Amino acid sequence: MSDNLVRQDRLIDEFSFKKRISRLFSSWEFILFLTLVGIFILFSFISPYFMDYFNLMNASLSFAEKSILALSMIFVILSGDIDISVASILALSSFAMGNASVKGAGSGTLVIIGLATGLAAGIVNGFLVTKIKIPSIAVTLATLSIFRGISQAILRDNAYTHYPLKFAYFGQGYIGNSVIPFEFVFFLVLAVLMGFILHKTTYGRKLYAIGNSASASRFSGINVDRIRFINFAVNGLFAGIAAVLLTSRIGSTRPNIATGWELEAITLVVLGGVAITGGKGNIFGVVIASLLVGYLKFGMALVNLSAKVMVITTGALLITAVLVPMLLEIAKAKQKLRSQRSELKLERKAS
Amino acid sequence: MKTNLNMKKRLESRESVLIGLILLFMAVMTITMPRFIHPSNLANILKDSSILIIVSLGQFLVILTGGIDLSVGSNIAFSGMAASLINQNNPELSPWIILVIGMAIGLGLGMINGSLVAFGKVPAIIATLGTMSVFRGFTFVISKGQWVTAHEMTDPFMNLPHGNFLGVPNLIWFAIFVVAAFFYFMRYTRSGREIYSIGGNKSAAVLVGVSEKKVQFLIFSISGLVSGMAGVLWAARYAAAVNEMATGFELQTVAACVLGGVSVAGGSGSVAGVLLGALFMGLLNNSMTMIRNMAFFQMLLQGLIVISAMTFNVVMERRQDKMLLNRRLA
Repeated sequence: MSDNLVRQDRLIDEFSFKKRISRLFSSWEFILFLTLVGIFILFSFISPYFMDYFNLMNASLSFAEKSILALSMIFVILSGDIDISVASILALSSFAMGNASVKGAGSGTLVIIGLATGLAAGIVNGFLVTKIKIPSIAVTLATLSIFRGISQAILRDNAYTHYPLKFAYFGQGYIGNSVIPFEFVFFLVLAVLMGFILHKTTYGRKLYAIGNSASASRFSGINVDRIRFINFAVNGLFAGIAAVLLTSRIGSTRPNIATGWELEAITLVVLGGVAITGGKGNIFGVVIASLLVGYLKFGMALVNLSAKVMVITTGALLITAVLVPMLLEIAKAKQKLRSQRSELKLERKAS
Repeated sequence: MKTNLNMKKRLESRESVLIGLILLFMAVMTITMPRFIHPSNLANILKDSSILIIVSLGQFLVILTGGIDLSVGSNIAFSGMAASLINQNNPELSPWIILVIGMAIGLGLGMINGSLVAFGKVPAIIATLGTMSVFRGFTFVISKGQWVTAHEMTDPFMNLPHGNFLGVPNLIWFAIFVVAAFFYFMRYTRSGREIYSIGGNKSAAVLVGVSEKKVQFLIFSISGLVSGMAGVLWAARYAAAVNEMATGFELQTVAACVLGGVSVAGGSGSVAGVLLGALFMGLLNNSMTMIRNMAFFQMLLQGLIVISAMTFNVVMERRQDKMLLNRRLA
């Protein structure tokens, strides 16, 4: 009886206001947020052009597409898979739109073609991973070169540059007469949508279950392969969305469009606190990480750092974002072991 | 015991299938394009394949344990660029010393990957995806975006791969040496067998005392070492150190491995298989440059080959498992 009471006390304690606040302040998302604020303060001292509302809004154009890729990548990584073919899906999708545009398709048709191509490519990945049962790393490494290879084989060293005037709105338009880009708002809408699915639906709960233990989930009646399949399909669809936005923004398609963006998308997800081994993470972290990396790069560009330095930064960020939590976990495990050992010693002495 | 025999038979058949494929491919090419069979072209194919063979064997070890090394292309670029810069600034230095320095640089980069994976517990794909861009970025930093071209390299340096020994180009000798070393290492040394055991059944291997950390550190170091060697040879062979060199090369090494029967799930594969897989890829690359406009199809074709080879491997494995299960039930 008293045991039960103690447990209840503990439960109440767990949910107490104080505990919740302290947990919030020590959370990964809060650290990210502080870093974001730090970046803003730092760059506003370094460059007078950083803290400008118009500049800040326009800068969102440079990361909105990559961040959209990251949104659906959360689902893939949460359930323990990975997709390194997204940038190539984007290229294929952009190629399909360019090809249709040359043949005189209107902007509505172009959007449908772009999305459908992305979805189809995602379905191919999902099929190979869940039906043929090849590990997702290997599948998407191969499709990475197949999808981009298709556009390279047909487009060769040419480019599609003719798109309808109306089509330009998605990537270059602003909301009403404001300076808020359409792309940025669209990213936020998608983030809310994906956040809702992730945190408020059974589908989202199942993703966490699969990421923690695929076999336990299977034995609990979750159709694991179907969910993984849907994840890859959605990831393809989102690459299609990003393709529409990017193609509309730069108004041209070359086979090498968006090369290396898979690295950026995965970096955002991992930096956002999603465990690369699956089963842990949330949408807020990834959204904050998107802003953080986006404005870090914007600031670096303002102070004239070369693109190569940024590539190094992205790679280093990716590794650190995975390495630091892993090292912390290892240290924690070691400490636990040590305290268990000393407890054991005390017990032995007492007896 | 029976399982062992069966495995052996399967691997042997895989290798004979590959040899058959290679011969068939060569026959088709010879009929459509007689200049293909010219000895100078065949020597060219062997030379082209040599670097791929060397790097694929490093990749083979990594895939064997269920990992992947995406940074080999960037490693080649960095060590090749570093070696070329050293050669440019110290023309009197012997090319052999430069080769050793290049290999040491490659080893160092490989050890970074190895430490991240073995001691930092970072998954191989993430670690090497990150270092892929970090190494490539630093290639630009040390070269300041410039190329090192043929007239800035010394003749002895460029002769490193091009020279002859007993009538065979040095580049091919390098490949022969590496293949022999890997063959011995994987078959007759304790570390080689440990790599197989970690890939085959990790928990069982750890239980009998194999150190997973040691094996992981070792394989990435070796992969780095051979990439460093390949980097020096690459720069000297093409007489140019370009920042973008060997971009996408990692896919070719993976292709050579899966064609050679290495399972992407880890645990199975052989040096001979990888050798043949790399030769086939070399053959394919060479013939594609001979056909007009085919170069644009290279990326697509490589991807298709990788995915078909992997599908084939998986289907074969599944059939094998079913056969074993039936036998056990009978």
